[in-house]
Amino acid sequence: MWIYEKKLQYPVRVSKCDPMMARYLIEQYGGADGELAAALRYLNQRYTLPEKVIAIVNDIGTEELAHLEMIATMIYKLTKDATPDQLIEAGLGAHYANHDKALFFHNAAGAPFTATYFQAKGDPIADLYEDVAAEEKARATYQWLINMTDDVDLIDSLTFLREREIVHSQRFREAAEMLKADQQTKKIF
Amino acid sequence: MYTTRKSYTPFVGPFDPCPPVRVKTYETPPQLYMGFQPCGLPQFQPKEALRHGTLWPALFAPYTNPYEQGGNRE
Repeated sequence: MWIYEKKLQYPVRVSKCDPMMARYLIEQYGGADGELAAALRYLNQRYTLPEKVIAIVNDIGTEELAHLEMIATMIYKLTKDATPDQLIEAGLGAHYANHDKALFFHNAAGAPFTATYFQAKGDPIADLYEDVAAEEKARATYQWLINMTDDVDLIDSLTFLREREIVHSQRFREAAEMLKADQQTKKIF
Repeated sequence: MYTTRKSYTPFVGPFDPCPPVRVKTYETPPQLYMGFQPCGLPQFQPKEALRHGTLWPALFAPYTNPYEQGGNRE
């Protein structure tokens, strides 16, 4: 059960008409290290993790859906007013032929999204370490996206999303530490 | 104190086709060093925290394009 708030987690402003950037941003929408893969990975893994780390995985998985919305908003704003000619010029001709201006879950190279992008191993350490790696890969993707644009408003939103990857990585690392901690230790208060 | 960007100087061959990149960089953000977050760390003001994407100055590590002039931090 979720409660939906009809607003973005962080404002998305796009100040430059640049449909080609939409083509690259779609990597974070339907790519292997994108927000959809992240959300589905965490929201699926949470059932079979030890109880003390379920809440953090649930919360982060939910936040990834908010990030997905932000990326979708960026892509939509960058393409909604483009002509077919502009889309062809931006390298989005193949996308337009299949989807018009609808968003679709594929990566920047056009490969459609697949559940094989992520794993649910059932081993809590294996799963949490995959989650840490996923956050670092998403952080790197945001870096390369920031390197590819000079739109300061877009960079502002992407910088926020990258910072969230840092915080998520930290929390997954802490979750793994909690599971590593010796449960037999006698604590003296 | 750690740095959030490291650099190295790769080998530059005499027969490479493109002008060489003499210094390469990679990011090493704070979560790599923190371990389990200690209690009582300083916090941003709420509005600042919402802007930055974190409540914790110790986890705040904004990124700049290293290909741009002055983008290199060390």
